Amino acid sequence: MTSFRRTTLGLGVALLVMGLAAPLLPKWALFLVTIAIAKGMVALGLLLLMRTGLVSFGQGLYFAAGAYAAGVGSQALDLGDAVPMVLLGGLTAAAVAAGLGLLLARYRAIFFAMLSLAFSMILYGLLVKTSALGSTDGFNVAARTVFGLPIGSTLGRYGVYALAALCAFGAAVGLDRYLGSYLGRLAPAVRDNELRVEYMGASVRNLVHLNLVIAAAMAGVGGALTALAVGHIDPEMAYWTTSGEFVFVAILSGTASVAAPFAGAVLLELLRSFAYEHAPNTWQLVMGSAMLAVILFLPEGLWSIFRRRRRAAT
Amino acid sequence: MSPILESRGLTKTFGAVTAARDISLSIEEDTVVGLIGGNGAGKTTFLNLVTGYLKPTAGTVRFQGRDITGMAPRRITRLGICRSFQIPQVFDTLTAYENLLVGLGIVSMGRKAFVGSNLGTARPEAVADEMLERFHLREYRDEPASVLPEGVRKLLDIAMALAVKPAILLLDEPTSGVSADEKFSLMDLVLGAIRADKVTVLFVEHDMDIVRRYTQRILAFYDGKVIADGDSATVLSNPEVRRLVVGEPAPEEGAAPC
Ligand SMILES: Nc1ncnc2c1ncn2[C@@H]1O[C@H](COP(=O)(O)OP(=O)(O)OP(=O)(O)O)[C@@H](O)[C@H]1O
Ligand SMILES: [Mg+2]
Repeated sequence: MTSFRRTTLGLGVALLVMGLAAPLLPKWALFLVTIAIAKGMVALGLLLLMRTGLVSFGQGLYFAAGAYAAGVGSQALDLGDAVPMVLLGGLTAAAVAAGLGLLLARYRAIFFAMLSLAFSMILYGLLVKTSALGSTDGFNVAARTVFGLPIGSTLGRYGVYALAALCAFGAAVGLDRYLGSYLGRLAPAVRDNELRVEYMGASVRNLVHLNLVIAAAMAGVGGALTALAVGHIDPEMAYWTTSGEFVFVAILSGTASVAAPFAGAVLLELLRSFAYEHAPNTWQLVMGSAMLAVILFLPEGLWSIFRRRRRAAT
Repeated sequence: MSPILESRGLTKTFGAVTAARDISLSIEEDTVVGLIGGNGAGKTTFLNLVTGYLKPTAGTVRFQGRDITGMAPRRITRLGICRSFQIPQVFDTLTAYENLLVGLGIVSMGRKAFVGSNLGTARPEAVADEMLERFHLREYRDEPASVLPEGVRKLLDIAMALAVKPAILLLDEPTSGVSADEKFSLMDLVLGAIRADKVTVLFVEHDMDIVRRYTQRILAFYDGKVIADGDSATVLSNPEVRRLVVGEPAPEEGAAPC
């Protein structure tokens, strides 16, 4: 069995389990998993960037762009259903990255990280100043239905959960396929040695640009899903702490598997809600310690536990 | 015979250092040419200028009659000028097989952009394995490049350059880092693999026995200038070449990254 088929099968089983488990989950858990999947989408984009040798501290930009596009689109274009809103979110974020990528794709390492951070802070500043979009308060998302189900109802919550799960499945399978293609295989090659990639006849800048757009589209979908699950949008989504959290998830998860960012995001949300409940004043301390532990003991991320075990088994 | 590669007045300065001074030479099709010169003579700089990594301060480079001065390396590669590197430029975290697949994958995605390819109608995966076989790299197939011995990395670097079917292959010190008794077999292997296709070869070399054995013609560089250019025996017996190039203690790798 090829690794692509194995991954698809694994993700398919996960999707099935999620579907079967849904009726058993309490309301808070349903919400937690939905949000985690939405954030996992952003981290999945970061996985692609990290495989290309880049770390972006500004994915909040595309996350917010996707959320605002979904929110504004629902009002301006009178999109009542969640599905076109999510599509709009992904496309808008991709379009933003296509533009910014003209500049971003020229930079590497800390310059790339800082430039992406700078762009996200500009968007944050703009959103805070735009009263038509609710300034710091943001605004409520006016989605009415998801797959035809009324969104505020219990069934609607399952609908958003299912939509998130399907998006995640599609994105993870798609990215896995991409990473195994000749084009996708250039990502680690660029990370290792850009000069040689150019000497093999390919354009490093175009490849980086393309990967930026893919990562942004995923972040945009994640933003739109978050907007739908929460029912509200505010500029905080573009703030640097939000971007930092995505990097946190990506590092926690590791880049070994396309499933890892979702597992990492769920774990992070669980950790955060427990830490918040049991240590409301020092929960950041708990999170920081968790991060430290991962970096010290599992430098390749949580997913490397599975890998090590598999290696030991063969 | 017509020249496949031609440089006119090629000059490159780095601040106060002149690494190439007014280099004018031409290389005929279907020949094997040696490029000799002491450390810092400007050999690598010449390859960097020809392949577009460096922009010349002055002068032009023509390939098959076409002006390619200042073109980006990727475009020059697509035209059929390929090179290997003095310090192997491989993808360290990828296996030997994956290293070859990168270049072959690029060629297979852009068949129309490349003038020639060694892919034909075959799948890149099959060609990668075949190349590993041909270059005696099979036992290293699934090893990450970072752990391979220097000589093997050197060979892999050369094999990677052959994903594209070159019209001319430029080899920068193919035998440096390879043990003395393996140098000849390496050159037999590389030249055997590519000369069957009548590929023109220009190779930089410090070992005069290798140069004598494999070339018909030699270019000798000194201080960024061509000081001798002619058939191998004549150049190697040229007194200036003997004094300035051959007489030097055997040099090893320089510090330049490529
Ligand atoms: N990028 C650079 N910046 C500044 N100086 C350079 C650069 N590249 C080469 N030089 C200088 O140009 C001169 C020629 O260097 P080059 O690498 O072409 O020599 P070489 O003939 O290949 O020598 P070696 O046998 O050591 O490889 C040297 O003096 C070198 O220091
Ligand atoms: Mg050199």
